[in-house]
Amino acid sequence: MKPIVLIAAAAIAAAGLAACMEVQQTATPVKQGKYQGKPDTAPWDNEPLAGGPKWNKGDRAGWEDQIKKRQLAQHEDRRIYQ
Amino acid sequence: MARMKFLVDAERCIECNGCVTACKNENEVPWGVNRRRVVTVNDGVVGAEKSISVACMHCSDAPCMAVCPVDCFYRTEDGVVLHDKDLCIGCGYCFYACPFGAPQFPQAGAFGLRGKMDKCTFCAGGPEKDRSESEFKKYGRNRLAEGKLPACAEMCSTKALLGGDGDVVADIYRERVVRRGKGSEVWGWGTAYGPGKAGGQPPAKGA
Repeated sequence: MKPIVLIAAAAIAAAGLAACMEVQQTATPVKQGKYQGKPDTAPWDNEPLAGGPKWNKGDRAGWEDQIKKRQLAQHEDRRIYQ
Repeated sequence: MARMKFLVDAERCIECNGCVTACKNENEVPWGVNRRRVVTVNDGVVGAEKSISVACMHCSDAPCMAVCPVDCFYRTEDGVVLHDKDLCIGCGYCFYACPFGAPQFPQAGAFGLRGKMDKCTFCAGGPEKDRSESEFKKYGRNRLAEGKLPACAEMCSTKALLGGDGDVVADIYRERVVRRGKGSEVWGWGTAYGPGKAGGQPPAKGA
């Protein structure tokens, strides 16, 4: 086969494969937003209210335990048969 | 780590609007703003009528957050999507972006002038001192800081509306569907809830 034919075939193949590439569809890279407002405290960083669920201030695991108990109270099968 | 989500069981919702009332009352939501509402399809068609309670779903990849021009949205460590009303300009972009119609705008004056956006906070307040008067006035009650779940879910009489850690409420729902033997045949069940047929994998103990 003549070298010119091989070169032409390679060029056509390269052009064909280029069509499969993913092109940038946005005019500019999307700017990822960053929260600009005031900071918020986590719910477990509060003293529990009197008569309510109990955990130690700042104890995330303790707060999650209390929340989990309330979540499971939504499951009537377990609430009844426990 | 908890990722707070709502889950609605259309087989159980009886369109009582108890969740809507609980939300309105708990957060003293002004007239014209509905943080939560019940949507019914095939209304009046026997056997085909279904209702679901809709509010902010606290998306893991929230479109409201992506489109906000002043970047007033943030996600808490427990996965609740909240916003700073002091920063909000009431442009309404979040309303167009949200697939659930969650962002609400109080009419702040004549000529359709919009106020600052208001939406379901998962009863988690906002960026003010927790359980303070200013937090209550702007965002409603902070029940999570009291160790409680959202009022709508806790008030639901048929427990159609479940709220809490996504894994826990998904386990409750999966077990419920396995017991009633109907519902796990729907498309995408396996992806969302894992095996759901009778004899399938039961939820983990204590989950």
